[in-house]
This record gives sequence, structure tokens and C-alpha cells, in this order.
Amino acid sequence: MKILVAVKQVAALDEDFEIRADGLDVEEDFLLFDLNEWDDYSLEEAMKIKEASSSEVEVVVVSVGPERVDESLRKCLAKGADRAIRVWDDAVEGSDPVVIGKLLTAVIKKEAPDLVFAGVQSSDHAYAATGISIAGQLGWPHAAVVNALEYTPGANKAGLKRELEGGVSQAVDIQCPAVLTIQLGINTPRYASLRGIKQAAAKPIDLLGLADLGIAADSVGAGASLSRVRRMYIPPKGRAEMIEGSAQEQAARLAEIIREFKGA
Amino acid sequence: MTMSKILVVAEQRRGELRPVSLELIAAAQALGGSVTVAIVGAHVDAFVPALSVAGVDEIITVPSPFAEFNPEVQQAAVSALIDRVQPGVVLLAHTVDTLAYAAALASAGNYGFATDVFKAEYDAGELVATRGGYSQKVNVEVDFPGKAVVVLTFRAAVFKPAEGSASPAVSSLALPAVATTSTPGDYIELSSGNDIDITTSEFILSVGRGVGEEANIQQFRELADLAGATLCCSRPIADSGWLPKSRQVGQSGKVASSCGLYLALGISGAIQHLAGMKHVSTIVAVNTDPEASIFSVAKYGIVGDIFEIGEALREQLA
Repeated sequence: MKILVAVKQVAALDEDFEIRADGLDVEEDFLLFDLNEWDDYSLEEAMKIKEASSSEVEVVVVSVGPERVDESLRKCLAKGADRAIRVWDDAVEGSDPVVIGKLLTAVIKKEAPDLVFAGVQSSDHAYAATGISIAGQLGWPHAAVVNALEYTPGANKAGLKRELEGGVSQAVDIQCPAVLTIQLGINTPRYASLRGIKQAAAKPIDLLGLADLGIAADSVGAGASLSRVRRMYIPPKGRAEMIEGSAQEQAARLAEIIREFKGA
Repeated sequence: MTMSKILVVAEQRRGELRPVSLELIAAAQALGGSVTVAIVGAHVDAFVPALSVAGVDEIITVPSPFAEFNPEVQQAAVSALIDRVQPGVVLLAHTVDTLAYAAALASAGNYGFATDVFKAEYDAGELVATRGGYSQKVNVEVDFPGKAVVVLTFRAAVFKPAEGSASPAVSSLALPAVATTSTPGDYIELSSGNDIDITTSEFILSVGRGVGEEANIQQFRELADLAGATLCCSRPIADSGWLPKSRQVGQSGKVASSCGLYLALGISGAIQHLAGMKHVSTIVAVNTDPEASIFSVAKYGIVGDIFEIGEALREQLA
């Protein structure tokens, strides 16, 4: 039994950042990289199944990205994943989530896992598309925004809940193998232990290129994507009227706003 | 591409039209072009009157033996609708249901595709969609060179629901044969139990990640009591179990629908949180990050430490 967890290294912006001269992205110097928050939860869900199982369960993490992504994969290995795969070729630069999904689909076809987890979305660009695009390309059963999962390794179906809007969830029975996008809060992700971090150093991160996946260079990258970035810009500042002064002065104004509201 | 036909896919759940459907119609009107609205489900005819709003040229119902949402059924239906209508633009709502099939639909059809779009317009005949990037700190304009059909998942609460009445042509489309691999079951409502129903609260003091640790919740509970406010929170606080899920404001929690004053303390303002409170007439945000997106919806902002401001406010109110 094998669970494949698709993860992403996301970028957060430094406090002062600048848009690149070509106007299409932020200068890379201003980006702070880390594992996507959602992926902590999907990895944890895979680890829970692995640890509760009497039979062997292999957890494989896969990511598409340049060399810096190894650091995030190493983090997943430290939390208990058995091995990692990184997919990259310079031609992949600028790919949209559907092209990233194409690469991950090729990996999944090679690996033949029983379950695929992906985060609902990434914290940087929040496309919320990669996981379900994989399901579509594989033609597998799928569910999005899963906030509870019951699965016994080897079973041909799983029970899950998907989180809807407004505090409502819905129970769903689904055939396996399946692709599930995992929501925050489904579990409590672990931190990597010191022992885990040591062990991770010895675990493999395999690098796969386009030739390994049988994918042509012209079917990845910006040209093969379903949208093209035309311009990135900093939106006009919001309308908040800033309350200045010392904390006491600011709190006094806040108390006044509260009193005005309650008097109204 | 020039102004062309727009296919709007309305949403229903448990026999009710989802209000975002009428917002999509308004978005389609703003974009310009003829508007066809489609709805998939059992008893679809019941939705025709509510969808017959001004600006709708045509309604297509897709009767389905599946009463509730199933991603494979919805994808097959929308794919068949695209084949029939031949729209230039397909507007879906950026909702949990849409998240379960839109990317598969776009991949399969090789359609132009962008998600969580909050603005769409034509520039020199080319469709341009705008979405957020880097946690909504930048705006990103995307276009779709060479794509005859573009699927956009459009953000809720950008447009006011379309109003007025019209008499659109109504027809139906047969659902193509589809093999389903999942079965929807019961809906599970989040119960507030004996706790307060925050949708009735007029004054809310809400805490977010900035609160730091569970032990710090108590001082804000006391501050909320002193101020006469209901203590609420953003998602990370509820996910950590520091406050009950029923006190979570946002898309997957509750909407602060009766609220007139909302104090957001240490809440950065993720789009999902804003969905539950940005309508509130007076929002006051306190955050250490002057760039936090909460300041873009707040009426008043304080760049500062929530503990320091909280303590000073306690002294003011005591």
C-alpha cells in the first residue's frame, strides 16, 4: 500500500518587496520559501494511516520545483515520509497548476499509489486547482476540501467528509484509488523530531526530468499553460483610517468607537 | 476574442439556489455579452423563476437523477453545456463544489482557466482576468492567448446579486451518461451546542494567529466580556481547538451577519476570513503588520501589538 502526497514549496513576500522589471512577478530576492501550510495536513493524514496500519504503508512525497525545493521535501522526510521525488526541468518555469498537474500525473502513473493527497490550495497563489486537475488527468475518483477521512489500507473505498461553506460538512463514500484535496484542521500536524531530522538526511530524494516522465519540453511551461500572466502589480492601499499615537491614545480612540457604537 | 456568449453555471444545494448564482449573473452582465444561465440537479425547473433576472437571455436546465452535487456529474453536464452553448467565457462560482471539478473540466477541455478571479474585462478584445497573488498582497492579471473557451471561477461577494425580472428562453439539455465513483451522503451541521450563535452578535471581538498561544485567549475573553462583545476567532484558532469551531468567522465558519462593530485583533485577513466579516459597517483592525490585508477592509486601523492595545483598552473600559 502506497500513499503519494503532492506538496508545494510556497513563497511569502518579505516586508518590503519589489515587482520584477518585466512586471510579471516579484523579484526572487524578496521571496521567503517554505512548505505550503496545507501540505503539513495532507502529509500528517498519510502518516496517520501509515502508523495505524498493521500492513506496510509507504508514504512518498512529490514536488515540482528547482533545487531549493529539496529543503521542503527534507522537511517532509523528517516528519516521517519514506522517500521523496522532485521533478524539474528549466522548461517547467512559468507553468500553471494544470501543467504542474500533468507532471505529477506522470509521476503517479509510474508510482501507482493507492491514494493521492494534495492540499486544497497553496498559501501563496491559492489556485486550488492542482489536485483536482491531477484527478481529471488520471480519470480517478476525487473529492475536494476533505476535512475527515476514514480509510483502511487495502480497502477499495473510503469514507470522508468534505467541508462546505457556513459550517456545514457532507459525508461522501468514494472508490479508491482516489485523489483527495486535504483541508486545514483535518488533523494536528506533528513537528519533525530531532531523530526524524537525522533520519531524513539518509532518505532519498529522486530527481526526475522530462525525459524520465516521457513529457516533451513544449508541453510544459508558460506556453502550455491555460492562462498567461500579463501583469503583476501592488493594488491600491485600502481605505482604513489609521489611528496614530501611543498605545494609550490609540486605545482611548478605540474605547470611544465602542461607546459610540453601543450608544447608537 | 471579442465580447461573446457567457455561460453562467448556477449552484444549488439541498433544493435551494445558492445566492452566489445571482452574483455570477451580475458579473456576466458587467463583462458584457449574451448571458446563458445553466442549472444542474433534480427538480431544476423550480429554479427557473429565481434565475429569470434582468440580463439573462437564456436558461438551460440539466435535469439529473442525482439530487446533490457530484463532481463527475457536474463536469459531464458543464462539458455538454459548453458544447451546446459554445460560450467564449464560462463563469463558475469559486466555491467548494466548483473546487471539486473545475480544474478537471479545464484540463480535459484544454480551456483557458483561472481561479478565484475577482475582476474580468475585455482589453482590446482580449479577455483579462484579475486574481490575487502572494496571499492577496499583489494583483495578477492573466490572459488566455489562443483559447476559444475560458473557464473562470469567480469570487463570491464581489458583485451584488442581479435583480429585476426577465423572460428568458428556457430549454433543457439531457445529462450525458456518466459513471460516478463517489456517493454523497448526509449533511452535518456545525452545532453551537449551548454556546452563543455568533450570527446574532452585534458586536464581535475576534482574535487570530497574533494571539500566539492558547493561554493568551483568556485575557481577550475577559476583554470581550468587559466591552460587551462576543469573542470570535479566525480559522487557525478554531483548528487549534483554542475556541470552538462555532465561534469561527469566515467562509467555512459563520458569517457575522448581525454585526455592526468588529474588532479584528491579530487577524491578517485571509480572503476566507474576510468572506465572513468584510460587510460589517465598522471594522477596527489591530495588527503588527502594516501591510496586513485586513487593513484593506477595515474602517479604522491600528498598527500595533494586540497585547499592549488590549491592556490599554481594558484600562479605558474598566
